[in-house]
Amino acid sequence: MIPACRLADLPRGEAFRLDIDPPVSVFHTDDGEVFAIDDTCTHQDASLADGWLEGCEVECPLHASKFDLRTGAVDAPPAKLPVRTHEVVVEDGMIYVRVSTDAPNLPPCVASRLAGGPA
Amino acid sequence: MRTVAVVGASLAGLSAARSLRGQGYDGRLVVIGDELHRPYDRPPLSKEFLAGTLGEADLVLETDDEDLGAEWLLGARAVGLDARERAVRLADGREVRADGVVIATGAAARTLPGSEGLAGVHTLRTLDDARALRGELARGGRLVVIGGGFIGAEVASTARALGLDVTVVEAAPTPLAGPLGETMGALVSALHADHGVRLLCGVGVKGLGGETRVDAVLLEDGRTIPADIVVVGVGARPCVEWLAGSGVDLDNGVKCGADGRTSLAGVVAVGDCANWYDPRSGLHRRVEHWTGARERPDAAIATLLAGGAVEPGVPRPPYFWSDQYGTKIQFAGHAAGADSVTIEEGAAEDRNVLAVYRRSGRPVAVLGMNQPRLFTRLRKQLAA
Repeated sequence: MIPACRLADLPRGEAFRLDIDPPVSVFHTDDGEVFAIDDTCTHQDASLADGWLEGCEVECPLHASKFDLRTGAVDAPPAKLPVRTHEVVVEDGMIYVRVSTDAPNLPPCVASRLAGGPA
Repeated sequence: MRTVAVVGASLAGLSAARSLRGQGYDGRLVVIGDELHRPYDRPPLSKEFLAGTLGEADLVLETDDEDLGAEWLLGARAVGLDARERAVRLADGREVRADGVVIATGAAARTLPGSEGLAGVHTLRTLDDARALRGELARGGRLVVIGGGFIGAEVASTARALGLDVTVVEAAPTPLAGPLGETMGALVSALHADHGVRLLCGVGVKGLGGETRVDAVLLEDGRTIPADIVVVGVGARPCVEWLAGSGVDLDNGVKCGADGRTSLAGVVAVGDCANWYDPRSGLHRRVEHWTGARERPDAAIATLLAGGAVEPGVPRPPYFWSDQYGTKIQFAGHAAGADSVTIEEGAAEDRNVLAVYRRSGRPVAVLGMNQPRLFTRLRKQLAA
């Protein structure tokens, strides 16, 4: 498990980006729930932590794709592939993330950059 | 309601079909599209698709396992709406009878009178347009873009990155002054010169040179700009000719209430062809943005299914984005009517700004250049 941040330091409606590879975002919803998903939109290279959080849904800051924080499912295009979700554990006021072992759905430009190809 | 016809098979039409199913409509659903293609995403046509970094499969809007249970009539152009018979007439003589009609016929690129039939002259609206232009840009040469709006600027940016020699001609003194205001229009348009693209403003186009293929753009001040390829990016007009005489009120597109209802019961309009009433400003506004085509069908379908018996909510302020020369440009709200605009983060000379437009001290719009995080926060405040 990777420590992210203290729950008290993450106000409701805000997100914290864990700078691992690929990055993961932790969201604290207005209802007080905490979720972790891959930070990179599956459509194009954008940070979902910069996005618009509403209920259990985050909207990509660039092209308005929407993802369900609970399942990672796409709620609105242009994205077509879900983001990975990660298990969140809060212990002694600290938020921890257990990163999924599934393969991430990275957008084409990021996937090719990680593979060493042209961006 | 037993049959709903969605006329238009692009983002607004697809979103309407999704909203219908999402809101529990389980009757017959017919989607009519004049292009042969399944719904595809248009924004990349002037950017990644034109540059060759995205292929056609990447543009498909539907997901692999999506099944809306719809009948798709593609390559079928609607030519009339018979309100009494509740029928959509198609160009091939067929008729689709429906209890509910969603008008989502979009807009078409305006052309330059007299440019018809001249090779090398392009507009960019459809996938077929983008295929044709992409093929020509790949050969290189001198490109002249007529119109310094968003499509023109994005084509210029893409072509420049492909190595073409690019000139943008804009009739107004400042490009993008309509959507962004003078100050920010000038700032965003400065990206052209930053990247070696010539921008000629305040001069109209008199005509095009060339016999069978374009070889120059002739300006009203007498100058001649040599060109191998010309892109005409002078806006779009709503595709509503087919509704003439139908009883649907037309005024800069289909005149709609704040929830997409038209003057005819059982008929709603969404997307670029729809001139929705905006309760925030008290004006009708025809919004040609991707996000409007994506989001507004939800409200229009709720109205359609409820027979008009729902109270329209206030839609989110319009939002659009543009990518030019590696700069992410984002805008939300309405610049028209603002009495001040201030840069609150970043610096104009770095082409990295967050600018807030205000009217009597109240924020009415926000512009971001490479500021996605702060932009989203301000956009959210604007909607509150």
